[in-house]
Amino acid sequence: MATTSIPGSVPATRAVSRSSTSARWLAVLRTPVGAAAGLLLIGFLALSIIAPPLWADDANAVDTDSILQGPSAEHLVGTDNLGRDLFLRVLVASASSIQLALLATGLAVMAGVILGSVPLLVGPRLGRLITSAINIAIAFPGLLLALFFAVIFGVGSTGAVLAIGAAGAPSFARLMLTLTASVIERDYVSAARIAGVGRVRILLRHVLPNIGEPLVVNATIGAGGALLAFASLSFLGLGVQPPAYDWGQLLNTGLNSIYRNPAAAFAPGIAVVLAGLAFNMLGESIAQIIGAPTIRSGSPTHRRRGLRTASHPLPPEESRSTTSDRVLDVVDLSVTFPGADGPVRPVRGINLTVQRGEAVGIVGESGSGKSLTALAIARLVEEPGQVDAERLEFLGVDLLSGSEREHRDLLGTSLAVVFQDPMTSFNPTQRMGRQLAEVAEQHQGMNRRHAFLRAIDRLRAVRVPTPALRAQQYPHQFSGGMRQRAMIGMGLMGSPALIVADEPTTALDPTVQQQVLRLLASIRRADDVAILLISHDVSVVAELCDRVLVMYAGQIVEDLPVAELTTRARHPYTRALIAAVPTMRTDLGMPLNAIPGLPVDPAHVPVGCPYAARCPRADDHCRGEDPPLVADAAGRRVACWHADEREES
Amino acid sequence: MTARGMWTDSVRVRYLVRRTGRLLVSLLVLLTAAFLMIHVIPGDPVRGALGPTAPADLVAARRESLGLNDPLAVQYLNYLRHLLAGDLGTSMISGLPVSEMLAQRLPATLSIALLAFVGAVAIAVPLGVGFGVLTRNGRARRAELGFTSVSSVLGTIPEFLFAVGLVYLFGVQWQILPVAGRSGPESYVLPVLCLAIGPAALLARILRVEMVAILTADFIRTARAKRLPAPIIYLRHALPNALTATLTIGGLLLGSMIAGTILVESVFAWPGLGSTIVQSILTKDYPVAQGIVLFYGATVLVLTMVVDLILAALDPRSAIGQS
Amino acid sequence: MSELCFHDVSIRFGGLRHGLTAVDHASLTVPDSGIVGLVGESGSGKSTLARAAVGLVPLSGGRIELNGRPLARRGPESRRVQMIFQDPSSALNPRMSVGESIAEAFPRGSTASTRRAEVARLLELVHLDRAHAKSSPARMSGGQRQRVALARALASRPEVVIADEITSALDVSIQGTVINVLRDLQRELGISVLFISHNLPLVRYMSDSIAVMYLGRIVEQGPAEQILGNAQHPYTRELLAAVPDSSRQAQRQDVQDFVLHPAVVSEPTDPEPLHNGCRYHSRCPVGPLTNPERGICRTEDPSEEHANEAACHFAEPRTPPSTDGTSVASAASTSVRKSL
Repeated sequence: MATTSIPGSVPATRAVSRSSTSARWLAVLRTPVGAAAGLLLIGFLALSIIAPPLWADDANAVDTDSILQGPSAEHLVGTDNLGRDLFLRVLVASASSIQLALLATGLAVMAGVILGSVPLLVGPRLGRLITSAINIAIAFPGLLLALFFAVIFGVGSTGAVLAIGAAGAPSFARLMLTLTASVIERDYVSAARIAGVGRVRILLRHVLPNIGEPLVVNATIGAGGALLAFASLSFLGLGVQPPAYDWGQLLNTGLNSIYRNPAAAFAPGIAVVLAGLAFNMLGESIAQIIGAPTIRSGSPTHRRRGLRTASHPLPPEESRSTTSDRVLDVVDLSVTFPGADGPVRPVRGINLTVQRGEAVGIVGESGSGKSLTALAIARLVEEPGQVDAERLEFLGVDLLSGSEREHRDLLGTSLAVVFQDPMTSFNPTQRMGRQLAEVAEQHQGMNRRHAFLRAIDRLRAVRVPTPALRAQQYPHQFSGGMRQRAMIGMGLMGSPALIVADEPTTALDPTVQQQVLRLLASIRRADDVAILLISHDVSVVAELCDRVLVMYAGQIVEDLPVAELTTRARHPYTRALIAAVPTMRTDLGMPLNAIPGLPVDPAHVPVGCPYAARCPRADDHCRGEDPPLVADAAGRRVACWHADEREES
Repeated sequence: MTARGMWTDSVRVRYLVRRTGRLLVSLLVLLTAAFLMIHVIPGDPVRGALGPTAPADLVAARRESLGLNDPLAVQYLNYLRHLLAGDLGTSMISGLPVSEMLAQRLPATLSIALLAFVGAVAIAVPLGVGFGVLTRNGRARRAELGFTSVSSVLGTIPEFLFAVGLVYLFGVQWQILPVAGRSGPESYVLPVLCLAIGPAALLARILRVEMVAILTADFIRTARAKRLPAPIIYLRHALPNALTATLTIGGLLLGSMIAGTILVESVFAWPGLGSTIVQSILTKDYPVAQGIVLFYGATVLVLTMVVDLILAALDPRSAIGQS
Repeated sequence: MSELCFHDVSIRFGGLRHGLTAVDHASLTVPDSGIVGLVGESGSGKSTLARAAVGLVPLSGGRIELNGRPLARRGPESRRVQMIFQDPSSALNPRMSVGESIAEAFPRGSTASTRRAEVARLLELVHLDRAHAKSSPARMSGGQRQRVALARALASRPEVVIADEITSALDVSIQGTVINVLRDLQRELGISVLFISHNLPLVRYMSDSIAVMYLGRIVEQGPAEQILGNAQHPYTRELLAAVPDSSRQAQRQDVQDFVLHPAVVSEPTDPEPLHNGCRYHSRCPVGPLTNPERGICRTEDPSEEHANEAACHFAEPRTPPSTDGTSVASAASTSVRKSL
């Protein structure tokens, strides 16, 4: 086994995975529900072990003098028809109730795991047969299956254990199949297969360790279900038979005397519910913790807000144009999210203006805050995210004042937004034409028919072939490029002054990408529409835009005309980013350029220039103080202490 | 007929055919399982039913009349043939035809199951959607915690425990509702309530989770980018997408509700199929148990198929996705 | 010698009537110590072809050979072809350390110390610190994980490595760290590489020769400079035209109207139903959409008997290998372009 092959590494890894796993399981006990359920469960398990030796004899002691009594100091919940103390009987019954339930669950999990591994181990043919058998079995409610098996296995506790175990097996088998399928398609399993690792080893080393947690969680929840099912069967008289007894059976006899002594029915009932809930809630709390993403730990951002705006009060773009042809005017925009250790600010101090008909691009790596900037400008950041700005004006209207309702029609008709993934950005249950028409109905007061005709017209405008037919179709009947064009067409339902396009071509094939870019260019040319294009791809931005803003760690670090991008960029990051993109002219003899290190984590923004750690020119000044974004006479802006030094070659 | 219509229809027709095929296979599996049920029982079922004191020649005669001495294959074919003729066998205890017992008991079961289902959906959908909107994006954490806790507690408690509680409150304490038998409309209240509470809680809970997930979907962001008013976003864009999941779960719940009638009927002495099957298992009246299991199973299978077909009609992608 | 040959390979998924042909009679050779770039849009079948070469997908027709012998399904010979995948997040088992993942491919029975030394050697080959052997994948960046995946592939001592979009999930700023390592190792170790990408500049940078796939078919292949400089198939030309290029911005308006021609933008991406004729005809800018007299494109499947083995009725004829073949080809291409 490879586990033993690298002795040095194995204990270390084990320790890592063990500590992180146990940390997560401990986190469950810190949630109120998880802690309560955990304590309750431990209590019940302890009770089921200690109760029979302590009280079994007393619980079985017949006392003909005190038959069918109500609750009293001597008998807390009264006595049964043989004068036996019911409180003690409820306590002792915990043993059979919980143990039989665990037994049945163990049976179900084992049968399920074995059945569920067959397709992986034996191959697709027998696998398909088993899968369809499981799918048929799973359609039947558990109680019905249990009754079916109860007929076969006979009345009694053995029969009931087998029946509940067999009834639970299909759902565990299905769970195993689903979980296995999700692991099996991971690339590391493919890689292991290619490396010649056998099926059994793949099951043991790759599949089971990665599905263990959900299996355990579901087994815990399943144990709760089995406990309740067992109580049901015993309650019906099909489970544990006298003289043995469990909660279900006590409940049955209690119900018969409910007019005389309701406590006799309630005590076992409460016990069943509490024990069932303890299993269920613990399982579900674990599931919630495991399913949740790990929370980043660490210190809050070091940067003090306002430092920059205080030292450079004048937004540098102020001078460049008159306010009248300004479509968008943003000063000191920031976006804040609450984090585990204080607020995190992935977008900080953005200043930008967009003129009528201008195409501005924003580029940056993933996590640079570029998409969030676009969403903030489009007023689409939702709680708990918070957008602050000194100024956020669209067509001269202050979007920060007044309610969302007041700006609805303006934004609905004049600001178009195009998102990255055209597959998921349309409502799958509505016809395409309806989704476009909705805009005109809402903001332009058109009736349904006129709005639909307008939608067809707009689909035509974005070159969707046979638009009248296409408007009747659902999104999944459109191809990717056509969907993205329809998304642009949706923005054209009004008369937009600005199109905010967030990675509009990233999900598309290269040839289709060109169509979308050219469509945007032709719309811009035809109607003098401004475009704010967000992309990770410098070459896409270069193709469509006049001006490029380069973002790093939530800030604009450079602002320059596209024509100067490859020749006269001044920020080292911009230059490195351009150099890293291979083109059709890249020198085949040289290695590709790459930027060393990693992008900045928004939760841990360093003091000083955020790029300093990756920058070949960084000095102590850079590491100590963040450079401001300074404009030159031509309106180009850059945030670098070394911007004007010549590149040494 | 448009090209689109034809395309969609051919997909749906193909799906209908395949889905019907699956139902038939499932039914055959069910029939066979129900048939084998009697034959895998340890010991002699007739001896079991008639008791250890019954004379041996009576057992032999009963075995002969039930055809239990024929080869298994012959019995199986006879069983299928009788089934096609609507003959489910005869009760070993009462001597009545099982089909007659079914017909007599069915309305009582069906009425409470359907009432409970309608009630559960009517309560769960507005609750689930409302809490989904309220707790979207991790808002209103306390409301979420409260809702989730209450709904999982209610969803966990089995029907017969509700029944015990309700019997105590309404029958013993306040004495305002009948707790046994099927008489007037008021006798329906408690059984229906017992059947509906659990499924309603589960459904509401799942619907909330579903709503929260859908409200983070890209197309909801698109709807917000269109600056649509909130009610339109929630009702026109989010809800129809959440209904798919609701229906899927709803179908399963309807199945489990039908099984739940078994317990509830036993508590309330409701003269339906559920109390009959429990009696038949206890008295080892196998033909009756077999007939009712078969009937319940077939009902569940047909219901699942109906749900699948409705889903396919609502959302053509689900038909394609399952192919 | 390590030459991977695809002979007339077809791969179908699903049943006979409603199935989907992902790869349709594809023939391709990855020569000894060569890098072949495979380009095409999503759904063109390039990944399926690659997965077939490592036995993850069964063939419906044709054969794949390594050094003239059919690929072994079992035993050490079956590991001679290795593959690296696209998604760094699923490349490594989160429950195994980096060292364990790499060592899994080692032959059984080797001692612990040789395994440890071998893991360290492989990590250093891909420019990672040997201390990473003990790391959990969760603590590695996407670029690092892809390099671990490369080390794991090399652990089987492969003759051929298939790299399927290995940088498309990475930021362009760190793409170079993975690409450079792959290129250096290919040269040092003399392995053959099938380099799959939709990024044409990257394919140009990596490859000696290039094959272009469209809807399951290889529509053109040849030496890289030949494909890039003298593309024969109109789809290849469209791919080349689609490479973003800021210098084209000025002339863009002229081509705009054509690229947005309603016929061209209809893009039927679904490979089924199998239509007759050329698969590209419904989208081809020089096909029957714009030249009605070219009905042959609708009715007859083009052969590959053309220059660059282009599957297009109107590609140049195959030129016999001659000393000044390039000039002939370029002259011919001008005349064809005029006729388009």
